[in-house]
Amino acid sequence: MCDADNTTTKKTIRVATGDRAILPEGAKTIPIYIMGKKYDVPETLTIMKAMEFAGFKFLRGAGCRGGICGACPTVYRMAGDYKLHYGLACQTVVEANMYLAQIPFFPANRAEYNIEEIGGAAEAIHALYPELFRCVACNLCTKACPMDVDVLGYISALKQGNIKKAAQLSFDCIQCGLCASRCMGEIPQYHIAQLARRVYGRYIQPRAEHLAKRVEEIESGKYDAMLQDLSAMSKEELEKCYVEREREPDMTAPGAWQPKETRYL
Amino acid sequence: MKISYYPGCTLKSKAANLEAAAVAALATLGIDVEEIDRWNCCGAVFSLTADDLIHQVGPVRNLVRAKEQGATQLVTLCSMCYNTLARANRIMRDDAVKRDTINRFMDEEIDYAGEVEVVHLLTFLEREVGWQKIREKVKVPLEGLRVAPYYGCTLQRPADVGIEPFGSFHLMTGLLEALGATVTPFAAADTCCGSYQVLNGEAGARSTAAVILDNAAASGAEALATSCPLCEYNLGKQQGRLLEAGQITTAVPTFYFTQLLAVALGVAPESCLFDLNSAASLDLLKTKNCLVAA
Repeated sequence: MCDADNTTTKKTIRVATGDRAILPEGAKTIPIYIMGKKYDVPETLTIMKAMEFAGFKFLRGAGCRGGICGACPTVYRMAGDYKLHYGLACQTVVEANMYLAQIPFFPANRAEYNIEEIGGAAEAIHALYPELFRCVACNLCTKACPMDVDVLGYISALKQGNIKKAAQLSFDCIQCGLCASRCMGEIPQYHIAQLARRVYGRYIQPRAEHLAKRVEEIESGKYDAMLQDLSAMSKEELEKCYVEREREPDMTAPGAWQPKETRYL
Repeated sequence: MKISYYPGCTLKSKAANLEAAAVAALATLGIDVEEIDRWNCCGAVFSLTADDLIHQVGPVRNLVRAKEQGATQLVTLCSMCYNTLARANRIMRDDAVKRDTINRFMDEEIDYAGEVEVVHLLTFLEREVGWQKIREKVKVPLEGLRVAPYYGCTLQRPADVGIEPFGSFHLMTGLLEALGATVTPFAAADTCCGSYQVLNGEAGARSTAAVILDNAAASGAEALATSCPLCEYNLGKQQGRLLEAGQITTAVPTFYFTQLLAVALGVAPESCLFDLNSAASLDLLKTKNCLVAA
Protein backbone atom coordinates (compact mmCIF):
# COMPACT_ATOMS: atom_id res chain seq x y z
CA MET A 1 0.00 0.00 0.00
CA CYS A 2 1.40 3.30 -1.04
CA ASP A 3 1.34 6.53 1.00
CA ALA A 4 -1.08 8.29 -1.26
CA ASP A 5 -3.71 5.61 -0.70
CA ASN A 6 -3.09 5.77 3.01
CA THR A 7 -3.75 9.49 3.28
CA THR A 8 -6.98 9.28 1.36
CA THR A 9 -8.40 6.35 3.23
CA LYS A 10 -7.20 6.99 6.78
CA LYS A 11 -7.04 10.46 8.32
CA THR A 12 -4.10 10.80 10.71
CA ILE A 13 -4.87 12.74 13.87
CA ARG A 14 -1.92 15.00 14.67
CA VAL A 15 -1.39 16.00 18.27
CA ALA A 16 0.74 18.89 19.39
CA THR A 17 3.16 17.78 22.06
CA GLY A 18 5.81 19.62 24.08
CA ASP A 19 8.34 19.49 21.30
CA ARG A 20 6.06 19.45 18.30
CA ALA A 21 3.85 22.24 17.10
CA ILE A 22 1.09 22.03 14.53
CA LEU A 23 1.63 24.39 11.65
CA PRO A 24 -1.35 26.43 10.53
CA GLU A 25 -2.79 25.52 7.14
CA GLY A 26 -0.54 26.89 4.39
CA ALA A 27 2.11 28.15 6.78
CA LYS A 28 5.37 28.97 5.06
CA THR A 29 8.54 27.49 6.45
CA ILE A 30 12.09 28.67 6.07
CA PRO A 31 15.36 26.84 6.64
CA ILE A 32 17.51 27.88 9.57
CA TYR A 33 20.64 26.24 10.95
CA ILE A 34 20.76 25.68 14.69
CA MET A 35 24.25 24.77 15.83
CA GLY A 36 24.99 23.80 12.24
CA LYS A 37 21.98 21.54 11.66
CA LYS A 38 19.21 22.50 9.28
CA TYR A 39 15.63 22.83 10.47
CA ASP A 40 12.60 24.06 8.60
CA VAL A 41 10.66 26.38 10.83
CA PRO A 42 7.64 28.64 10.31
CA GLU A 43 8.59 32.14 9.31
CA THR A 44 7.57 34.93 11.70
CA LEU A 45 8.67 32.95 14.76
CA THR A 46 11.30 34.38 17.07
CA ILE A 47 14.56 32.46 17.30
CA MET A 48 13.51 31.10 20.66
CA LYS A 49 10.15 29.84 19.44
CA ALA A 50 11.74 28.49 16.27
CA MET A 51 14.20 26.50 18.36
CA GLU A 52 11.37 25.14 20.46
CA PHE A 53 9.49 24.31 17.27
CA ALA A 54 12.56 22.42 16.12
CA GLY A 55 12.49 20.38 19.30
CA PHE A 56 14.89 22.17 21.60
CA LYS A 57 13.85 22.60 25.18
CA PHE A 58 15.30 25.46 27.21
CA LEU A 59 16.40 24.52 30.70
CA ARG A 60 18.74 27.52 30.86
CA GLY A 61 19.06 30.37 28.42
CA ALA A 62 15.43 31.44 28.55
CA GLY A 63 13.98 33.79 31.09
CA CYS A 64 11.50 36.60 30.75
CA ARG A 65 10.83 36.09 27.02
CA GLY A 66 10.25 39.81 26.95
CA GLY A 67 13.67 41.09 25.92
CA ILE A 68 14.82 42.35 29.27
CA CYS A 69 16.36 39.56 31.35
CA GLY A 70 19.42 38.93 29.18
CA ALA A 71 19.22 35.14 29.35
CA CYS A 72 19.00 34.36 25.63
CA PRO A 73 21.82 36.13 23.77
CA THR A 74 22.26 34.66 20.32
CA VAL A 75 24.96 34.99 17.70
CA TYR A 76 23.97 34.46 14.10
CA ARG A 77 25.23 34.83 10.59
CA MET A 78 23.48 34.79 7.26
CA ALA A 79 24.61 32.13 4.80
CA GLY A 80 27.08 33.55 2.28
CA ASP A 81 28.18 36.47 4.47
CA TYR A 82 31.02 36.59 6.97
CA LYS A 83 29.39 39.23 9.15
CA LEU A 84 28.24 38.16 12.60
CA HIS A 85 25.03 39.53 14.08
CA TYR A 86 23.79 39.54 17.63
CA GLY A 87 20.37 39.52 19.19
CA LEU A 88 18.12 38.15 21.88
CA ALA A 89 16.48 34.87 20.89
CA CYS A 90 13.16 35.95 22.36
CA GLN A 91 13.10 39.18 20.33
CA THR A 92 14.76 38.40 17.03
CA VAL A 93 12.63 36.95 14.24
CA VAL A 94 14.14 34.13 12.23
CA GLU A 95 15.25 34.71 8.67
CA ALA A 96 15.92 32.16 5.98
CA ASN A 97 19.42 30.68 6.01
CA MET A 98 20.33 32.01 9.41
CA TYR A 99 23.11 30.14 11.19
CA LEU A 100 22.71 30.57 14.89
CA ALA A 101 23.90 29.50 18.30
CA GLN A 102 22.96 30.47 21.81
CA ILE A 103 25.40 31.82 24.37
CA PRO A 104 23.30 31.37 27.51
CA PHE A 105 26.24 32.02 29.82
CA PHE A 106 29.66 33.55 29.38
CA PRO A 107 32.36 32.70 31.91
CA ALA A 108 33.57 36.27 32.37
CA ASN A 109 35.44 37.26 35.50
CA ARG A 110 33.25 38.75 38.21
CA ALA A 111 35.05 40.37 41.12
CA GLU A 112 33.88 39.97 44.68
CA TYR A 113 33.50 43.08 46.78
CA ASN A 114 31.56 44.58 49.62
CA ILE A 115 29.91 47.73 48.32
CA GLU A 116 29.99 49.26 51.81
CA GLU A 117 33.77 48.92 51.99
CA ILE A 118 35.14 49.80 48.55
CA GLY A 119 34.33 53.52 48.56
CA GLY A 120 33.20 55.74 45.71
CA ALA A 121 36.48 56.41 43.90
CA ALA A 122 37.15 55.16 40.37
CA GLU A 123 40.37 53.59 41.65
CA ALA A 124 38.27 51.02 43.52
CA ILE A 125 36.77 49.89 40.21
CA HIS A 126 40.20 49.93 38.56
CA ALA A 127 41.60 47.78 41.38
CA LEU A 128 38.79 45.22 41.16
CA TYR A 129 38.96 45.06 37.37
CA PRO A 130 42.50 45.96 36.24
CA GLU A 131 41.74 44.26 32.90
CA LEU A 132 39.70 47.39 32.11
CA PHE A 133 42.94 48.92 30.85
CA ARG A 134 43.38 46.19 28.25
CA CYS A 135 40.75 47.94 26.09
CA VAL A 136 42.08 48.88 22.65
CA ALA A 137 38.86 50.62 21.58
CA CYS A 138 38.11 48.02 18.87
CA ASN A 139 34.41 48.60 19.60
CA LEU A 140 33.38 44.97 19.03
CA CYS A 141 31.58 45.14 22.39
CA THR A 142 29.34 47.96 21.19
CA LYS A 143 28.68 46.18 17.90
CA ALA A 144 27.64 43.03 19.79
CA CYS A 145 25.25 44.71 22.22
CA PRO A 146 21.62 43.69 21.56
CA MET A 147 20.48 46.71 23.61
CA ASP A 148 22.51 49.28 21.62
CA VAL A 149 24.44 50.29 24.71
CA ASP A 150 27.56 52.35 23.99
CA VAL A 151 29.80 49.79 25.69
CA LEU A 152 33.07 51.34 24.51
CA GLY A 153 31.69 54.66 25.74
CA TYR A 154 31.17 53.47 29.31
CA ILE A 155 34.45 51.57 29.38
CA SER A 156 36.18 54.77 28.21
CA ALA A 157 34.33 56.78 30.86
CA LEU A 158 35.59 54.43 33.57
CA LYS A 159 39.16 54.71 32.33
CA GLN A 160 38.68 58.45 32.70
CA GLY A 161 37.34 57.98 36.23
CA ASN A 162 33.82 59.12 35.32
CA ILE A 163 31.56 56.72 37.22
CA LYS A 164 28.43 58.81 36.72
CA LYS A 165 28.81 58.78 32.96
CA ALA A 166 29.49 55.03 32.96
CA ALA A 167 26.42 54.39 35.12
CA GLN A 168 24.24 56.44 32.82
CA LEU A 169 25.62 55.04 29.55
CA SER A 170 25.26 51.45 30.79
CA PHE A 171 21.76 51.88 32.20
CA ASP A 172 20.09 49.72 29.53
CA CYS A 173 22.54 46.82 30.01
CA ILE A 174 20.76 43.51 30.58
CA GLN A 175 23.93 41.59 31.54
CA CYS A 176 23.73 39.16 28.63
CA GLY A 177 27.51 39.04 28.28
CA LEU A 178 27.78 39.33 24.49
CA CYS A 179 30.16 42.28 24.92
CA ALA A 180 32.56 40.16 26.94
CA SER A 181 32.28 37.30 24.47
CA ARG A 182 33.73 39.54 21.76
CA CYS A 183 36.41 41.31 23.80
CA MET A 184 40.00 40.67 22.83
CA GLY A 185 41.07 42.23 26.12
CA GLU A 186 39.01 39.67 28.07
CA ILE A 187 37.23 42.51 29.83
CA PRO A 188 33.96 41.60 31.60
CA GLN A 189 32.29 44.86 30.56
CA TYR A 190 28.82 44.04 31.89
CA HIS A 191 30.06 43.13 35.35
CA ILE A 192 32.17 46.29 35.50
CA ALA A 193 29.17 48.35 34.43
CA GLN A 194 27.06 46.81 37.15
CA LEU A 195 29.72 47.69 39.70
CA ALA A 196 29.82 51.24 38.33
CA ARG A 197 26.04 51.60 38.74
CA ARG A 198 26.23 50.22 42.27
CA VAL A 199 29.04 52.58 43.22
CA TYR A 200 27.11 55.43 41.62
CA GLY A 201 23.96 54.55 43.54
CA ARG A 202 25.75 54.01 46.83
CA TYR A 203 28.24 56.89 46.83
CA ILE A 204 27.55 59.47 44.12
CA GLN A 205 23.86 59.80 43.26
CA PRO A 206 22.09 62.24 45.60
CA ARG A 207 19.89 60.55 48.20
CA ALA A 208 16.13 60.82 47.71
CA GLU A 209 15.19 62.72 50.86
CA HIS A 210 11.44 62.23 50.44
CA LEU A 211 12.04 58.48 50.35
CA ALA A 212 14.02 58.55 53.59
CA LYS A 213 11.20 60.55 55.17
CA ARG A 214 8.59 58.08 54.02
CA VAL A 215 10.61 55.10 55.29
CA GLU A 216 10.88 56.87 58.62
CA GLU A 217 7.09 57.33 58.71
CA ILE A 218 6.52 53.68 57.88
CA GLU A 219 8.96 52.53 60.53
CA SER A 220 7.37 54.81 63.10
CA GLY A 221 4.09 52.92 62.58
CA LYS A 222 2.14 55.69 60.88
CA TYR A 223 0.52 53.24 58.44
CA ASP A 224 0.11 50.24 60.73
CA ALA A 225 -3.50 51.00 61.64
CA MET A 226 -4.53 51.38 57.98
CA LEU A 227 -2.89 48.09 57.12
CA GLN A 228 -4.66 46.39 60.02
CA ASP A 229 -8.01 47.80 58.87
CA LEU A 230 -7.41 46.42 55.40
CA SER A 231 -6.31 43.06 56.72
CA ALA A 232 -9.45 42.77 58.84
CA MET A 233 -11.82 43.41 55.92
CA SER A 234 -13.81 40.66 54.29
CA LYS A 235 -13.21 39.94 50.61
CA GLU A 236 -16.43 41.78 49.72
CA GLU A 237 -15.54 44.83 51.75
CA LEU A 238 -12.08 44.85 50.24
CA GLU A 239 -13.46 44.63 46.70
CA LYS A 240 -15.88 47.46 47.38
CA CYS A 241 -13.10 49.52 48.83
CA TYR A 242 -10.94 48.83 45.79
CA VAL A 243 -13.63 49.58 43.23
CA GLU A 244 -14.65 52.81 44.94
CA ARG A 245 -11.14 54.02 45.55
CA GLU A 246 -10.16 57.49 44.45
CA ARG A 247 -7.80 57.34 41.54
CA GLU A 248 -5.60 60.00 40.03
CA PRO A 249 -6.70 60.51 36.39
CA ASP A 250 -4.17 59.45 33.75
CA MET A 251 -1.81 62.14 32.48
CA THR A 252 -2.51 64.50 35.35
CA ALA A 253 0.18 67.13 35.78
CA PRO A 254 2.28 66.45 38.86
CA GLY A 255 0.73 68.07 41.95
CA ALA A 256 -2.46 69.06 40.12
CA TRP A 257 -4.63 66.35 41.69
CA GLN A 258 -5.45 65.80 45.36
CA PRO A 259 -7.70 63.07 46.78
CA LYS A 260 -10.81 64.06 48.75
CA GLU A 261 -9.86 61.61 51.47
CA THR A 262 -6.82 63.08 53.16
CA ARG A 263 -6.69 61.02 56.36
CA TYR A 264 -4.03 58.71 54.95
CA LEU A 265 -1.67 61.31 53.55
CA MET B 1 37.99 81.28 18.31
CA LYS B 2 36.94 77.69 18.93
CA ILE B 3 39.27 74.73 19.06
CA SER B 4 38.45 71.04 18.97
CA TYR B 5 40.15 69.44 21.89
CA TYR B 6 41.16 65.89 22.77
CA PRO B 7 41.82 65.60 26.55
CA GLY B 8 42.95 62.03 27.24
CA CYS B 9 42.06 59.87 30.25
CA THR B 10 44.71 61.11 32.68
CA LEU B 11 43.64 64.72 32.21
CA LYS B 12 40.24 63.74 33.57
CA SER B 13 41.72 62.30 36.76
CA LYS B 14 45.31 62.45 38.01
CA ALA B 15 46.36 65.28 35.70
CA ALA B 16 43.18 67.35 35.87
CA ASN B 17 45.47 70.32 36.62
CA LEU B 18 47.03 70.12 33.15
CA GLU B 19 43.58 70.50 31.58
CA ALA B 20 41.92 72.90 34.03
CA ALA B 21 44.75 75.43 33.74
CA ALA B 22 44.71 75.20 29.94
CA VAL B 23 40.96 75.72 29.64
CA ALA B 24 41.07 78.71 32.02
CA ALA B 25 44.11 80.23 30.29
CA LEU B 26 42.67 79.81 26.80
CA ALA B 27 39.43 81.46 27.94
CA THR B 28 41.39 84.59 28.86
CA LEU B 29 42.85 84.52 25.34
CA GLY B 30 39.34 84.39 23.88
CA ILE B 31 39.61 80.75 22.84
CA ASP B 32 36.74 78.32 23.49
CA VAL B 33 37.86 74.79 24.13
CA GLU B 34 35.38 72.33 22.64
CA GLU B 35 36.01 68.80 23.83
CA ILE B 36 35.16 66.27 21.13
CA ASP B 37 32.28 63.94 21.93
CA ARG B 38 32.69 60.21 22.59
CA TRP B 39 36.47 60.08 22.65
CA ASN B 40 38.30 57.06 23.99
CA CYS B 41 41.80 56.31 25.24
CA CYS B 42 44.47 57.49 22.77
CA GLY B 43 46.29 54.18 23.11
CA ALA B 44 48.80 55.72 25.56
CA VAL B 45 51.86 54.21 23.92
CA PHE B 46 52.33 53.95 20.16
CA SER B 47 52.77 50.34 19.09
CA LEU B 48 56.06 49.88 17.26
CA THR B 49 55.13 46.55 15.73
CA ALA B 50 54.60 47.25 12.05
CA ASP B 51 51.60 44.97 11.52
CA ASP B 52 49.98 45.47 14.94
CA LEU B 53 47.17 47.52 13.47
CA ILE B 54 44.64 46.77 16.19
CA HIS B 55 46.53 49.14 18.47
CA GLN B 56 46.04 51.94 15.92
CA VAL B 57 42.26 51.54 16.03
CA GLY B 58 41.92 53.42 19.34
CA PRO B 59 43.76 56.57 18.27
CA VAL B 60 42.22 56.50 14.79
CA ARG B 61 38.73 56.28 16.28
CA ASN B 62 39.38 59.58 18.05
CA LEU B 63 40.49 61.14 14.78
CA VAL B 64 37.31 59.82 13.17
CA ARG B 65 35.31 61.49 15.96
CA ALA B 66 37.10 64.77 15.28
CA LYS B 67 36.45 64.50 11.55
CA GLU B 68 32.76 63.64 11.91
CA GLN B 69 32.36 66.55 14.32
CA GLY B 70 33.75 68.92 11.73
CA ALA B 71 37.24 69.53 13.12
CA THR B 72 40.21 70.23 10.89
CA GLN B 73 42.58 70.55 13.84
CA LEU B 74 42.56 68.49 17.01
CA VAL B 75 44.43 70.13 19.88
CA THR B 76 46.00 68.00 22.61
CA LEU B 77 47.87 68.88 25.79
CA CYS B 78 49.32 65.60 26.95
CA SER B 79 52.61 64.69 25.26
CA MET B 80 51.73 61.01 25.08
CA CYS B 81 48.26 61.55 23.61
CA TYR B 82 49.80 63.95 21.11
CA ASN B 83 52.42 61.42 20.10
CA THR B 84 50.05 58.46 19.77
CA LEU B 85 47.38 60.40 17.87
CA ALA B 86 49.87 62.13 15.56
CA ARG B 87 51.62 58.89 14.67
CA ALA B 88 48.37 57.04 14.02
CA ASN B 89 47.37 60.00 11.87
CA ARG B 90 50.54 59.63 9.80
CA ILE B 91 49.70 56.00 9.11
CA MET B 92 46.19 56.92 7.97
CA ARG B 93 47.46 59.73 5.78
CA ASP B 94 50.50 58.06 4.25
CA ASP B 95 50.01 54.29 4.19
CA ALA B 96 47.25 53.32 1.78
CA VAL B 97 47.32 49.61 2.63
CA LYS B 98 47.11 50.07 6.39
CA ARG B 99 44.54 52.83 5.97
CA ASP B 100 42.34 50.49 3.97
CA THR B 101 42.71 47.67 6.49
CA ILE B 102 41.85 49.92 9.41
CA ASN B 103 38.92 51.57 7.65
CA ARG B 104 37.51 48.17 6.72
CA PHE B 105 37.84 46.92 10.27
CA MET B 106 36.10 50.04 11.59
CA ASP B 107 33.13 49.50 9.30
CA GLU B 108 30.78 51.22 11.75
CA GLU B 109 32.66 54.51 11.29
CA ILE B 110 33.14 56.94 8.43
CA ASP B 111 36.32 56.37 6.41
CA TYR B 112 39.34 58.33 7.54
CA ALA B 113 42.45 59.33 5.59
CA GLY B 114 44.30 61.72 7.86
CA GLU B 115 42.08 64.75 7.19
CA VAL B 116 42.41 66.10 10.74
CA GLU B 117 45.68 67.68 11.88
CA VAL B 118 46.81 66.72 15.38
CA VAL B 119 48.26 69.81 17.04
CA HIS B 120 49.97 70.16 20.40
CA LEU B 121 48.90 73.23 22.37
CA LEU B 122 52.46 74.62 22.32
CA THR B 123 52.41 74.58 18.52
CA PHE B 124 48.91 76.03 18.50
CA LEU B 125 49.88 78.89 20.81
CA GLU B 126 52.84 79.90 18.67
CA ARG B 127 51.07 79.49 15.35
CA GLU B 128 47.54 80.73 16.07
CA VAL B 129 48.02 83.13 18.97
CA GLY B 130 51.65 84.18 18.86
CA TRP B 131 54.07 84.97 21.64
CA GLN B 132 53.60 88.72 21.18
CA LYS B 133 49.87 88.56 21.85
CA ILE B 134 50.43 86.34 24.87
CA ARG B 135 53.06 88.78 26.16
CA GLU B 136 50.49 91.56 25.88
CA LYS B 137 47.90 89.57 27.80
CA VAL B 138 50.18 88.71 30.72
CA LYS B 139 48.86 90.15 33.97
CA VAL B 140 51.32 88.60 36.42
CA PRO B 141 54.71 88.32 34.71
CA LEU B 142 56.71 85.39 36.03
CA GLU B 143 59.61 87.73 36.64
CA GLY B 144 62.57 86.23 38.40
CA LEU B 145 61.23 82.69 38.06
CA ARG B 146 63.91 80.50 36.48
CA VAL B 147 62.21 77.66 34.61
CA ALA B 148 63.73 74.64 32.87
CA PRO B 149 61.75 73.70 29.73
CA TYR B 150 61.46 69.92 29.93
CA TYR B 151 60.31 68.04 26.79
CA GLY B 152 60.87 64.40 27.74
CA CYS B 153 60.64 61.86 24.93
CA THR B 154 57.38 62.17 23.12
CA LEU B 155 57.15 65.79 22.04
CA GLN B 156 60.05 65.48 19.61
CA ARG B 157 60.38 61.82 18.78
CA PRO B 158 60.10 60.59 16.11
CA ALA B 159 61.07 63.53 13.92
CA ASP B 160 58.08 63.25 11.57
CA VAL B 161 55.61 64.07 14.35
CA GLY B 162 57.90 66.12 16.63
CA ILE B 163 56.52 69.52 17.57
CA GLU B 164 59.97 70.86 16.69
CA PRO B 165 63.29 69.36 15.63
CA PHE B 166 65.17 67.19 18.06
CA GLY B 167 67.55 69.32 20.13
CA SER B 168 65.50 72.48 19.69
CA PHE B 169 63.32 73.83 22.50
CA HIS B 170 62.08 77.07 21.05
CA LEU B 171 58.35 76.48 21.58
CA MET B 172 58.40 76.15 25.36
CA THR B 173 61.22 78.69 25.54
CA GLY B 174 59.19 81.18 23.52
CA LEU B 175 56.15 80.66 25.72
CA LEU B 176 58.00 80.93 29.03
CA GLU B 177 59.83 84.06 27.88
CA ALA B 178 56.54 85.61 26.78
CA LEU B 179 55.24 84.94 30.29
CA GLY B 180 58.19 86.84 31.72
CA ALA B 181 60.05 83.84 33.12
CA THR B 182 63.77 83.29 32.80
CA VAL B 183 64.42 80.16 30.78
CA THR B 184 67.27 77.97 31.95
CA PRO B 185 68.19 75.53 29.17
CA PHE B 186 69.60 72.24 30.40
CA ALA B 187 71.15 69.18 28.87
CA ALA B 188 68.58 66.70 30.19
CA ALA B 189 65.61 68.49 28.63
CA ASP B 190 64.97 65.57 26.29
CA THR B 191 66.12 62.74 28.54
CA CYS B 192 63.47 60.14 29.33
CA CYS B 193 61.91 60.66 32.79
CA GLY B 194 61.96 56.93 33.49
CA SER B 195 58.51 56.46 32.01
CA TYR B 196 56.62 53.28 32.89
CA GLN B 197 59.85 51.76 34.19
CA VAL B 198 58.68 53.17 37.50
CA LEU B 199 56.30 50.18 37.66
CA ASN B 200 58.77 47.33 37.31
CA GLY B 201 62.19 48.91 37.69
CA GLU B 202 61.55 51.64 40.19
CA ALA B 203 65.18 52.11 41.23
CA GLY B 204 66.23 52.71 37.64
CA ALA B 205 63.40 55.15 36.99
CA ARG B 206 64.23 57.10 40.14
CA SER B 207 67.90 57.41 39.35
CA THR B 208 66.99 58.66 35.84
CA ALA B 209 64.66 61.23 37.38
CA ALA B 210 67.38 62.25 39.81
CA VAL B 211 69.81 62.90 36.93
CA ILE B 212 67.27 65.15 35.19
CA LEU B 213 66.38 67.13 38.33
CA ASP B 214 70.06 67.47 39.32
CA ASN B 215 70.90 68.70 35.87
CA ALA B 216 68.04 71.22 35.92
CA ALA B 217 69.10 72.51 39.35
CA ALA B 218 72.74 72.75 38.25
CA SER B 219 71.68 74.88 35.28
CA GLY B 220 70.07 77.30 37.72
CA ALA B 221 66.43 76.24 37.40
CA GLU B 222 64.04 76.74 40.29
CA ALA B 223 61.14 75.13 38.48
CA LEU B 224 60.55 72.65 35.71
CA ALA B 225 57.82 72.87 33.07
CA THR B 226 56.39 69.80 31.36
CA SER B 227 53.40 68.76 29.24
CA CYS B 228 53.34 65.09 30.19
CA PRO B 229 51.51 63.52 33.16
CA LEU B 230 53.93 60.61 33.28
CA CYS B 231 56.95 62.95 33.38
CA GLU B 232 55.16 64.96 36.06
CA TYR B 233 54.65 61.80 38.06
CA ASN B 234 58.28 60.68 37.88
CA LEU B 235 59.82 64.13 38.31
CA GLY B 236 57.19 65.90 40.41
CA LYS B 237 55.13 63.53 42.51
CA GLN B 238 58.16 61.30 43.22
CA GLN B 239 60.49 64.22 43.91
CA GLY B 240 59.88 64.25 47.67
CA ARG B 241 61.11 60.65 47.86
CA LEU B 242 64.23 61.54 45.87
CA LEU B 243 64.96 64.37 48.29
CA GLU B 244 64.33 62.16 51.32
CA ALA B 245 66.61 59.46 49.97
CA GLY B 246 69.32 62.03 49.26
CA GLN B 247 69.27 61.18 45.54
CA ILE B 248 68.88 64.90 44.82
CA THR B 249 69.79 67.80 47.09
CA THR B 250 67.86 70.69 45.54
CA ALA B 251 64.11 70.75 45.02
CA VAL B 252 62.93 71.73 41.54
CA PRO B 253 59.14 72.04 41.79
CA THR B 254 57.34 70.90 38.65
CA PHE B 255 54.52 72.55 36.71
CA TYR B 256 52.50 71.86 33.65
CA PHE B 257 53.26 74.56 31.11
CA THR B 258 49.54 75.33 31.10
CA GLN B 259 49.65 76.19 34.81
CA LEU B 260 52.45 78.71 34.28
CA LEU B 261 50.53 80.14 31.32
CA ALA B 262 47.37 80.42 33.41
CA VAL B 263 48.88 82.12 36.46
CA ALA B 264 50.73 84.60 34.25
CA LEU B 265 47.47 85.43 32.47
CA GLY B 266 45.93 86.20 35.85
CA VAL B 267 43.90 83.02 36.33
CA ALA B 268 43.18 82.39 40.02
CA PRO B 269 45.46 79.64 41.42
CA GLU B 270 42.38 77.67 42.54
CA SER B 271 41.47 77.19 38.88
CA CYS B 272 44.88 75.62 38.21
CA LEU B 273 44.33 72.76 40.70
CA PHE B 274 47.75 73.07 42.34
CA ASP B 275 46.61 70.56 44.94
CA LEU B 276 47.41 67.91 42.32
CA ASN B 277 51.03 69.13 42.17
CA SER B 278 53.35 68.62 45.10
CA ALA B 279 52.98 71.35 47.71
CA ALA B 280 56.34 72.88 46.79
CA SER B 281 54.95 74.04 43.43
CA LEU B 282 52.35 76.47 44.76
CA ASP B 283 54.72 77.55 47.55
CA LEU B 284 57.33 78.55 44.98
CA LEU B 285 54.84 80.69 43.04
CA LYS B 286 53.79 82.39 46.28
CA THR B 287 57.40 83.06 47.23
CA LYS B 288 58.09 84.51 43.81
CA ASN B 289 54.93 86.64 43.81
CA CYS B 290 53.75 84.97 40.65
CA LEU B 291 50.10 84.69 41.69
CA VAL B 292 47.32 87.12 40.97
CA ALA B 293 46.19 88.98 44.11
CA ALA B 294 43.13 87.31 45.61
